[in-house]
Amino acid sequence: MSPKTLYDKIWDAHVVQEAEDGTCLLYIDRHLVHEVTSPQAFEGLRLSGRKVRAPDRTIAVPDHNVPTTADRLEHVENEESRVQLDTLDKNAAEFGIHYYPVSDIRQGIVHIVGPEQGWTLPGMTVVCGDSHTATHGAFGSLAHGIGTSEVEHVLATQTLIQQKSKNMKVEITGKLRPGVTAKDITLSVVGATGAAGGTGYVIEYCGEAIRDLSMEGRMTVCNMAIEGGARAGLIAPDEKTFEYVMGRPHAPKGAQWETALAWWKTLFSDDDAHFDKVLTLKGEDIAPVVTWGTSPEDVLPITGVVPAASDFEGGKVAAVQRALDYMGLKAGTPLSEVPVDTVFIGSCTNGRIEDLRAAAAILKGKKIKDGIRAMVVPGSGLVRAQAEEEGLADIFKDAGFEWRLAGCSMCLAMNPDQLAPGERCAATSNRNFEGRQGRDGRTHLMSPEMAAAAAITGRLTDVREMI
Amino acid sequence: MDKFQTLTGVAAPMPLVNIDTDMIIPKQFLKTVKRSGLGANLFDEMRFDKDGNEVADFVLNQPAYRNAEVIVAGDNFGCGSSREHAPWALLDFGIKCVVSTGFADIFFNNCFQNGILPIVLPKEQVDVLMKEAEKGENARISVNLEKQEISTSDGTVIGFEVDPFKRQCLLDGLDDIDLTLEKAKSIDDFEAQAGQSRPWV
Repeated sequence: MSPKTLYDKIWDAHVVQEAEDGTCLLYIDRHLVHEVTSPQAFEGLRLSGRKVRAPDRTIAVPDHNVPTTADRLEHVENEESRVQLDTLDKNAAEFGIHYYPVSDIRQGIVHIVGPEQGWTLPGMTVVCGDSHTATHGAFGSLAHGIGTSEVEHVLATQTLIQQKSKNMKVEITGKLRPGVTAKDITLSVVGATGAAGGTGYVIEYCGEAIRDLSMEGRMTVCNMAIEGGARAGLIAPDEKTFEYVMGRPHAPKGAQWETALAWWKTLFSDDDAHFDKVLTLKGEDIAPVVTWGTSPEDVLPITGVVPAASDFEGGKVAAVQRALDYMGLKAGTPLSEVPVDTVFIGSCTNGRIEDLRAAAAILKGKKIKDGIRAMVVPGSGLVRAQAEEEGLADIFKDAGFEWRLAGCSMCLAMNPDQLAPGERCAATSNRNFEGRQGRDGRTHLMSPEMAAAAAITGRLTDVREMI
Repeated sequence: MDKFQTLTGVAAPMPLVNIDTDMIIPKQFLKTVKRSGLGANLFDEMRFDKDGNEVADFVLNQPAYRNAEVIVAGDNFGCGSSREHAPWALLDFGIKCVVSTGFADIFFNNCFQNGILPIVLPKEQVDVLMKEAEKGENARISVNLEKQEISTSDGTVIGFEVDPFKRQCLLDGLDDIDLTLEKAKSIDDFEAQAGQSRPWV
């Protein structure tokens, strides 16, 4: 048998049918659903008189629109948001799918809830009408975002019509230096490949620095595979994965656990497996990084300076000039001198317990700079409860942060948490696009540790000065 | 889904690279529970100022391009989120074809689901079409999906590749779900077999 990559193995285990031209019907094990990209899909089912084929494999949770303030159960001010949230409530009940409503402590960002509840398991196919579905690849599952028509297709058939992607290996060798995190790895990879470098590929992340990461860190890495254009990112499961999964509400138990574990242990790329593209970075070369522009590929170490448009070639020259104008930055300015007025810690990229612990470790006993608006938005109600139990919430509140309820919040500003025009944010989220956090708002992406450091100093800051 | 067979229309040049889905349709317009009506907000924050007035030099506001049906775009068009609202907005505005050196994966698939044809061409050929598009309203280009050819007003003909299955779906206006439901028996069989080999799923 010819050697296979991890992606090949998961793919092969899910092919229902393959046409002569290579188009495959792929079986979907888990379908995650949120309120923004699903209403039209459920409406489509209703119009055609179809049912959800596998309601037991379909899990819905509201996250994008939900306010993160304490009064959200009584009051969602924006009428359209309210309608969208009500529509998910109704659809979940009508079609009989698993559902975590806003009132449930397990509610949170769909990509945090899935793994937390044990819905995401190694070797699965996982889809969601959301590009950051790649997060679940951290478990060695094939997970990717789909559009609303495909959401309807999965609801109706539990399959997707797919062409197989190519295999790409991203290896991070050696050890990370102090102050360097999973976020710095994933941003550095996007910086190296470019925002389209992964288009047409599924990335497998491997190497010592990846193996050394916790499951939370691996989720951060895979989460941003899409920012490099890849269909999905994944990491071979290992003892850390199995330990994280064991005992979760929807993880297998007893004899089934043993059967599952035996298969999961075969989920790795064979020694001679073929990769169509390989990128290798040395862990010790990765620095704490920030983005300076309006594409996630616009990444530099915090010790760098704002580049000039003339430093680039081709179509990127005009894009960089536009980005610098939008960001209000002058070429040559040291990044550590760029002031911020807002700090956002949260999102499906960095809203897990380990992220909050890391930020709290920097903030402990300190105050944020006067005039800074800073908020922490835990990724789920359970993350929030755990952070409160561990005393992290008090550290954030004492430092001057707002302590919010779970949701997507300021990552995409579909809810009341937004930047005003011209405001500049140190954000732990995943996209720095124009208008992403609010019209004319300016976003710098970074790790939770770096965001905490920026809150203290009021400017982009090298966290290594504080550890 | 409407069929896509041939199209002759004005092509608008958008040479900027990495035009993302937040640019195509900003998040505040994703709160709808419908597919229709999004064309009014296509490229909203580039097309309109804070007070809702048109930005005069934005390409789709220029008289020559107000009725554009094709966009010739910079690399990595449609990167970012999975929102199908992006192709819905393009289609509602009247755009039925986008040409670029590359598209983001999810956006690319979403186009085919909505009768929009995304065409990938090498840079030299996109450059030719970009120059053509920059000529304004006189530069109408024609797209023939059956023949897999684009022709310009001066008679230049450029061939393109497209996935055979997706091509047929566009030509015939086929619905993916109908096609897949014809294979329901295979899905049943797969579920039965997977239920044995991976019972924990």
